[in-house]
Amino acid sequence: MHNIKPETGGFFPRDRNWHPKAYTPDYKTSVVRSPQKALISFPNTVGEITGPMFGHDLLGELDDDLIYNYAKPGESAIGERIIVYGKVLDERGRGIPGVLVEFWQANAAGRYRHRNEGYLAPLDPNFGGCGRTISGEDGSYRFRTVKPGPYPWPNGVNDWRPSHIHFSIFGTGFAQRLITQMYFEGDPLIWQCPIVRTINDEAAIKQLTAALDMANTIPMDARAYKFDIVLRGRRSTLFENRMEGN
Amino acid sequence: MVQDLGLLKESASQTAGPYVHIGTAPNFLGTTGVYPEDLGISMVNDKTRGERITITGRIIDGTGTPLRDALIEIWQADSGGLYNSPTETRGAADPNFTGWGRTPCDFTTGVFTFETVKPGATPYPDRRMQAPHVTFWIVARGINLGLNTRMYFPDEEKANAEDPVLKRIEHQNRVPTLIAKKDGSTYTFDIHLQGDNETIFFDI
Repeated sequence: MHNIKPETGGFFPRDRNWHPKAYTPDYKTSVVRSPQKALISFPNTVGEITGPMFGHDLLGELDDDLIYNYAKPGESAIGERIIVYGKVLDERGRGIPGVLVEFWQANAAGRYRHRNEGYLAPLDPNFGGCGRTISGEDGSYRFRTVKPGPYPWPNGVNDWRPSHIHFSIFGTGFAQRLITQMYFEGDPLIWQCPIVRTINDEAAIKQLTAALDMANTIPMDARAYKFDIVLRGRRSTLFENRMEGN
Repeated sequence: MVQDLGLLKESASQTAGPYVHIGTAPNFLGTTGVYPEDLGISMVNDKTRGERITITGRIIDGTGTPLRDALIEIWQADSGGLYNSPTETRGAADPNFTGWGRTPCDFTTGVFTFETVKPGATPYPDRRMQAPHVTFWIVARGINLGLNTRMYFPDEEKANAEDPVLKRIEHQNRVPTLIAKKDGSTYTFDIHLQGDNETIFFDI
């Protein structure tokens, strides 16, 4: 890491028309879980500007390799081998170094390893479905996994989730905290999914769709998908620091 | 024509879904052997300074039913009012206090619990002081974008009355939705997603 004083400015306001609204009745569960009163706004205070950071000592050797991190010795998860890579950026386009990225997903058959999961597709004894990594100096991250399968879910009579990987991303301030999902280029289920369609803006959905990257595909091994994640930007700190007396 | 600001858009949020435990609390779920322990389950150790407290509660939907598949994170100052973060510029926080906790709600009862310390007061941007509070971030199936709220302390009446965030709330009759109930060292904070007692949520 460079010995640069961390940025401590307030964050750009969240564009709540770009994000999905709380009340999205076609995604039925949102109906009784969506606050109905207006959110109360206030300027970022120190509790929003700061956030937890995690060191590399947190990470195990296989945390970024879902093909092997739950597999018995000598075995590996079943499915299409893929590498997901990209950068954690802020809205100014700058890479955010040193932030924790967590991911979880269904197995290649579309089955989650979870006590509340009821889909009849089989579990893979060698696939747990979770991983994590910390972004590098330029915000870059990568992990290896199998491509998750699509699966049916109880919402409408015949709703199917497109293949997707869940992401949890920490920024450098708690107001950047974000959970989202990555979709795969070319999946016809994307545009039919009630959860995807909680987002009103087509461009925002495309931003969540990873591109197949044949240039970075490893021949005879694993296809690559590129997925950049953008967190809220910080305002320039020059004057704000002076205000705070720093 | 003018210059392009060159800004990107924040990635749109999507629900954490019903299986958020797989990625964030696998040991709680019973998926062992990947991570030694779930991140955020412990905020304090034997050397942590300050008054030990327990924060517990439930998240209740519009039908009165507790959520049993939600995940909660809290973020708070240490007992001296400092955050354990590289972006804290006012001083060094207690190294034996993480300030950050994470737990799923119980699969049967929906109850969540954090063992922590009571935070100190922190400044508002204009240097007035904010009453001690704990920031909550809630994600779950059916929640499209994580919900932010704050828990305040019932034994801080004077500080609460002067808190710049609480004071800017137009409908002061809603302020009690942000104040926990105290029983000994345990503070109970039930979060109502809808209804007459809908908790105040913030756009931060």
